[in-house]
Amino acid sequence: MVAAIVLVFISAILVLAGAPVLEVHGLLVTGAVGSWSKLAQVLRVWVPLTLCSCGLLYTFQIGLWNIGVEGQVMLGAIGATAVLRLGFDSALPGAVLGAALVVGMLGGALWALLAGLLKTWGGVNEIFAGLGLNFVAQGLILWLIFGPWRRPGVASMSGTEPFAESLWFPTPAVWRISPHALGLTLVALAATALVLRHTRLGLALRAVGGNPSASYLFGLKPGRLMLWAMGLAGALAGLAGTLQVTVVYHRLIPAISSNYGYLALLVVMLADYRLSWVPFIAFFFAALNVGSIQLPLVLQLDSSLSGVIQGALVLTVLLIHAWNSGKAGTRWTT
Amino acid sequence: MDLELRDIHKHYGTVHANRGIHMRVASGTIHGILGENGAGKSTLMKVLSGYAARTSGDIFLDGRAVDTTTPAQANRLGIGMLYQDPLDFPSLTVLDNFSLGRPNRGGGLNRRALAEELTRLCRDFDFDLEPERSLEQLTVGERQQLELLRLLSLEVKLLILDEPTTGISTPQKEKLFGALRRLAAAGMTLLLVSHKLEDIESLCHAVTVLRQGRVSGEMTAPFQLDELVNLMFGTIPAPPPRGAVASGEPVLLLHEATAGGDRAGLGNCTVSVRRGQVVGLAGLEGSGQGVFLRLAAGLAKPVRGSLTVLGTQLKPGDHHGFRDAGVVFVPTARLDEGLVGSLTIAEHCALTEPHPSFRIDWQGAANTAAQRIARFRIQGSADTPAALLSGGNQQRLLLSLMPARPRLLLLEQPTRGLDLEPARWIWAQLRALCADAATIVFSSAELDEIMAFADRVLVFYNGSLVRDLDTRDSDLDDLARAIAGK
Amino acid sequence: MDDLNVLAVLAGVLAGASPIVLATMGETITEKAGLINLSLDGTILLAAMVAFLVAHDAGSLGLGFLAAALVGAGIAAVVGIAGVYMGQSQVAVGFVLTLMCRDLAYFLGNPYSRIQGPRLAPLPVPGLERLPLLGSLLFRHSLLVYLSVAVIATTWWYLYRTRWGLELRAVGENPQAAHARGIDPKRLQLLHALLGGALVGLAGGAFSLGIKPGWGRPQGAEGMGWIALAIVIFGGWHPLKVALGAYLFAFLQVLGIPLQSWWPSVPAQVFQVAPFPLMILALLLLGLTQKDTLQRWADAHPRVRKLLRSIQGRAPRALGRPYRQE
Repeated sequence: MVAAIVLVFISAILVLAGAPVLEVHGLLVTGAVGSWSKLAQVLRVWVPLTLCSCGLLYTFQIGLWNIGVEGQVMLGAIGATAVLRLGFDSALPGAVLGAALVVGMLGGALWALLAGLLKTWGGVNEIFAGLGLNFVAQGLILWLIFGPWRRPGVASMSGTEPFAESLWFPTPAVWRISPHALGLTLVALAATALVLRHTRLGLALRAVGGNPSASYLFGLKPGRLMLWAMGLAGALAGLAGTLQVTVVYHRLIPAISSNYGYLALLVVMLADYRLSWVPFIAFFFAALNVGSIQLPLVLQLDSSLSGVIQGALVLTVLLIHAWNSGKAGTRWTT
Repeated sequence: MDLELRDIHKHYGTVHANRGIHMRVASGTIHGILGENGAGKSTLMKVLSGYAARTSGDIFLDGRAVDTTTPAQANRLGIGMLYQDPLDFPSLTVLDNFSLGRPNRGGGLNRRALAEELTRLCRDFDFDLEPERSLEQLTVGERQQLELLRLLSLEVKLLILDEPTTGISTPQKEKLFGALRRLAAAGMTLLLVSHKLEDIESLCHAVTVLRQGRVSGEMTAPFQLDELVNLMFGTIPAPPPRGAVASGEPVLLLHEATAGGDRAGLGNCTVSVRRGQVVGLAGLEGSGQGVFLRLAAGLAKPVRGSLTVLGTQLKPGDHHGFRDAGVVFVPTARLDEGLVGSLTIAEHCALTEPHPSFRIDWQGAANTAAQRIARFRIQGSADTPAALLSGGNQQRLLLSLMPARPRLLLLEQPTRGLDLEPARWIWAQLRALCADAATIVFSSAELDEIMAFADRVLVFYNGSLVRDLDTRDSDLDDLARAIAGK
Repeated sequence: MDDLNVLAVLAGVLAGASPIVLATMGETITEKAGLINLSLDGTILLAAMVAFLVAHDAGSLGLGFLAAALVGAGIAAVVGIAGVYMGQSQVAVGFVLTLMCRDLAYFLGNPYSRIQGPRLAPLPVPGLERLPLLGSLLFRHSLLVYLSVAVIATTWWYLYRTRWGLELRAVGENPQAAHARGIDPKRLQLLHALLGGALVGLAGGAFSLGIKPGWGRPQGAEGMGWIALAIVIFGGWHPLKVALGAYLFAFLQVLGIPLQSWWPSVPAQVFQVAPFPLMILALLLLGLTQKDTLQRWADAHPRVRKLLRSIQGRAPRALGRPYRQE
């Protein structure tokens, strides 16, 4: 039903924009899964989207709106770039890449903790703290690209000097997608499933999210757990940023996070905050993103159509949820 | 205006709060509605004032059947209600509060005319309310005066007052009563809801007593107080024979402790509870018992005075420190404070595991849950979310989650919503703990429970500790009257 | 000469703040009623696009602004119905709408990117514009600027001097009590969401037809909705303090222009994010004033307490919580 509503809505928008409806839908499909190279491209988007979504599950469990994922991705990318620039002539490129992963995750985690501390200590709503820090992170990247890390000769929006190929995670020609990135994402999915379902931390996050005062009476420390959730979410977002640098772009560019942080929020909402649906919805959203790249080239339409479809899907689901639970009268969660 | 209620029923979910109430009130009289906590008084009044819709039954005003399903409708019929917790707007000014909810439509607001009307009414009743002050700076009594004037300015003919004397000072009470007598003399019908015999005695012409959602009796002035107490509380059983009150070392010492909270707060409380005792806190809801328990649990900080728990002065307000020392607190608001509605019974068990490991053993948790479900007779399974359990079962789950071997057990209304048999059973478990040298302090709305299970009773009234007695040699009527402020 | 510069700066602040003023007044009204419309950023962009499109095609600025207001009210209606009547999380719905409306604006507005279109011209007030000093400061603006000032005054008057405004504040504070006095909290919240949303929509038009004329990706109004939301908090939900916050923000923006010329090596984009750390800082200061330790210290110092009181504003008590009848 959701699909039908959204399809009608999108078609109406396309008619409004004077675009050929069927052609657009067809283009979205072939543009995303029409060939192996397209599919590989989708997977390249799927990786950061899934990582960010996994991270968001921790913060949503405890009832925090971690809107700052976007900035956490960027700080991960900055951390990784810093390491790779320092180790550019190292004899052990593998070790440098490993260090980049660690520092990248750390960068994302610290950025998230900053938002977390602003919330728990400074009383700043996490939505505004996270959002503000996103813009700050964007400014930081621009400053680095045009300042200390500018290309010799001319600084430009195209980013920093590309790294030596030894500092790339390899991408086999037939694969067109880095096995390291895919592997790390699968590990992150498995680890998140494990933590959320089988550890005390996961249970504690859910308890505090469900009822902070009862959790406090059970001996849990809500403030500290919030920081844990933020830190874990930031680390995963930082990992996504690191992979954007080491796998996809091989340099730091202004749009390194590509809005995947915001998009991940939609993924998790559509997945109804359930991990098991995240990889599939992330794949679908990634496909929409990749498919829509064709729109400006072929039909002179803006590629933001994918965002409209994604938003419409989530909105429809939210409304249907509210409608159903309103009728059943069984809403007891907040 | 004459009022008649016929067979009023009100269900809140599974709770049957009013079970067929019949009542008649004559014009120009002050009629008392008496009953202990949870007897259904407030519900009945909310039904009458249109704040809550009734499930069934009829309401007649001057012999005419009327429908009060919204407060606006009730207002138009001339019914006004002074709610127990003032239903007003603390951040707005006195005049704003006075002006809100007038029936004339349109966007205009004649502030000057309203201010004049308020001033005139104030002068009439000898109240002192400045129109431009923020309501936050007013006492509960003054807020009530304002609300009363507002209802009078709306020309209500039937005025309902729900526990109007809780939390107000004696002079304020005198003024209020004076005003109410005047209104009745002028032909207004007044309904006074109270648990306080003294209020009923000094004000009412007639009284209807409610007990467990039903009318348990009616009486006209002059009242037989003993009879009223009987109608309110039922026959209070004599306490079962019991040994001497334990007199181990003190585990809870309060010295002139004062703290805010609830409606009345807690003022200047000095008391000592010794190891092995079972202490019941009696009193109307919000008379200071809740604050007392929260102070002892390290959840509230005293603004004055001192608090010593288990022989040490723990940091006030640090509940986890108290908890580590062996203090256990079980709140009454189960889904607000006690349980996490979205978590299952097994998850609650895993969460309260005394020796937690990082990785959760779900099989073990399910086993623990099954044991507790069996032991505490909880209607539910290991994977039932707490929110889907009935109130009584939530209470059992909450008690089943208590850490083993507590040293000081603080329980807020531990058997609320439970029937007699399960309550007895829970008390058997609790007293077994006490034989193990634990100390229990619990509050209860029901005097029977305190008489049956406590060694000692502390009676609270309006934020003060007013009686401290051994349950074996206390006079029941005296206790009941102390609770009612007599 | 210096005088003129100061005047020019202040006149610039007055003009530059006009969209933010409209948006913050709209959100203040909505939040005073207890509803959070988080979709501001997307609403402003979509309304900006629609305003430009309509004004361009119809050749009428008035129709452009009307369309912008309708878009704003329409989006607010979604938030209002979902949040108030259906009990869905206002934050979730608002956030999704933020992203979706932004993308919708980019998508539908694509053909109108970087083309010339109508824009508001200054409308000097005859007579008054010739006043020394004040004339150039106050009376040589576009209609929009006069409107923004009028909206501040009207919002204050509406909230604090009319019966509807009183009922609106009452509902935001305690919907149960409002219901007990015969007010329909849900209806009132929805109506004021619409009114507030319409003002936010006008803010969008004020960008694309006023201070950042035209349409494009990016338009230049990106992020302003979030700033507006933060200013409402900063201003303590009081229209006059909120307006002051909006002007302060515009002032800092104008100040930033000479700053850029001092560091030519730093790209302009870096300066564009400057409002956001400022926003966090402002909210942090506000948050710290609520701290227990500071409160206790202030209680001992009456003057400090008075200062704190004037800075602090309290959120409407029922903000963000849907009302349910017993």
